Amino acid sequence: MTVAPLPMDSALRRAPERDPAWLSRLFWIVALLVVLWPLAVATEFRPWVLLERDNLKISAQFIGSFWPLAHSGEFLAMVARDTWRTVAMATAGVTLALLLAIPLTLLSTRVLSVSALSGRMARGPFWLRQAVRWLLIVLRSIPELVWALVFVRVVGLGPTAGVLAIALTYGGMLGKVYGEILESGEHHATEALLRNGSGRLQAFLFGLLPTNAAELTSYTVYRWECAIRSSVVLGFVGAGGLGQQLDNSMKMFNGGEVASMLLVFIALVALADRVSAWLRKTLG
Amino acid sequence: MTQPRASNTPYRLPPPLFDARCRACWFTLGLVLLVVASFWSLDLQWGQFLSLDAASSMGRFLGEFFPPDLSPVFVRKVVVGAWETLAMSALGTLLAAVAGLALALPASKLHEADAAYSRSATRLVLNALRSIPELVWAALLLISAGLGPFAGTLALALHTAGVLGRLFAEAIENAPQGPGAALRAQGVGNGRVFLYATLPQVLPQLMSYTLYRWENNIRAAAVLGVVGAGGLGQLLAFHMGLFQMGKTATILGAMLLMVVLVDALSYLWRRALMR
Repeated sequence: MTVAPLPMDSALRRAPERDPAWLSRLFWIVALLVVLWPLAVATEFRPWVLLERDNLKISAQFIGSFWPLAHSGEFLAMVARDTWRTVAMATAGVTLALLLAIPLTLLSTRVLSVSALSGRMARGPFWLRQAVRWLLIVLRSIPELVWALVFVRVVGLGPTAGVLAIALTYGGMLGKVYGEILESGEHHATEALLRNGSGRLQAFLFGLLPTNAAELTSYTVYRWECAIRSSVVLGFVGAGGLGQQLDNSMKMFNGGEVASMLLVFIALVALADRVSAWLRKTLG
Repeated sequence: MTQPRASNTPYRLPPPLFDARCRACWFTLGLVLLVVASFWSLDLQWGQFLSLDAASSMGRFLGEFFPPDLSPVFVRKVVVGAWETLAMSALGTLLAAVAGLALALPASKLHEADAAYSRSATRLVLNALRSIPELVWAALLLISAGLGPFAGTLALALHTAGVLGRLFAEAIENAPQGPGAALRAQGVGNGRVFLYATLPQVLPQLMSYTLYRWENNIRAAAVLGVVGAGGLGQLLAFHMGLFQMGKTATILGAMLLMVVLVDALSYLWRRALMR
């Protein structure tokens, strides 16, 4: 008597005729569509608008006017001036942010607490540190663009609003991250200094700062690079610099000027990227 | 007769403060020059800002924020704006992840023998996409997409596609080569090698990059509307332009709440993952 081949056996030998996972694939595709539908409705996602005749004509005209690039001497001088102003705004903003962040970091660092050396931190210093932390969170949670909008109302159009906006937001960011860097590192030296009666500032300067200096500097340089990018954006709400000129040219549909300024901007960002990467590598 | 050696190392004079070979000195000098030049060339109006006049106008300005407009009609409008912001960021990030993956493939050297002709050209495109901020993209796109959240979504998608494309390309290039090489030795085509060998290995990393950018994009989408690209930012620019400070205060509060919530959720989620 011959043994009939087991059905299992033949199923193993042949490849399945249908995709064995088709049910789950179908389910996930349907689920994705169900989730995406309300999102598409909320964002008025209608890509065909881009292809309507009138829109297409306007877009083609605008993009067509990118060439030739604007290159008159007067225009280039203006672009050079505003590029410098953008860099200056970022630099001044980060400098003021440092002036804000350093004292707040010193106030909020737990490692520099004398009362915490013997167990728990005393109640007063604890709440002071907590309050400074909350202040830092609020400062960095409000985007610099919103600060700039507010300051433009108070001090008027111009770079002052931009510098202040960068100073406040970046002060919050630097303060928070400095605190994290200082608390995550090795702090035996600091503790030893504090236990032997040195002041908090001395413990910071001779214990905490030397061990973390490289990391702190490299983060600051990175933030400077970010500030250059965001100072262009601040120009759009009237804080001067490259962004404001870009906004003006866009409103006048001057494609040549827009294209050359975009190229300058891309070059500026690439340069800041290189300089910051080089600095961070050299500083360790 | 030779000098007796000191038992401990003798004290030396500190190094001179400036030395032409000292890199840190040049760095500090350059930095100081840059900062001084910046402050000097910007003609900042501190006088105007720090004067009593400005202080009182600032006080009046802040005073106008109170009381915030909490009428149900307006709160509903703000909630709709917040939802629009969230939707913009989610859809923009999703589009960017798809476009970023599509651009990451030509931007990476897939295996040893891959000539990767398109690598540098695609990387140039990715860098250009990445270095123009979302807000500038939004302002540019307003011309063809019109006012509203659609332009904002596309702007987020374009910028994020540049960022994600570069990160994805690096992840793909750094993936272990073994499984791909094994399939390739069997004569499997490039597309299937990617789908069955490379993608499964890098997928967790791609997901985590995408989620991280989504978190960033929520923050970006909140202010994107300032140029007219929808969401909370557009409401903010509109009501601030009309000097309706009570309403502005409500919108600012909503923005702050959103950013803090996103921060807290991402912090908690990260901590849960670390465990």
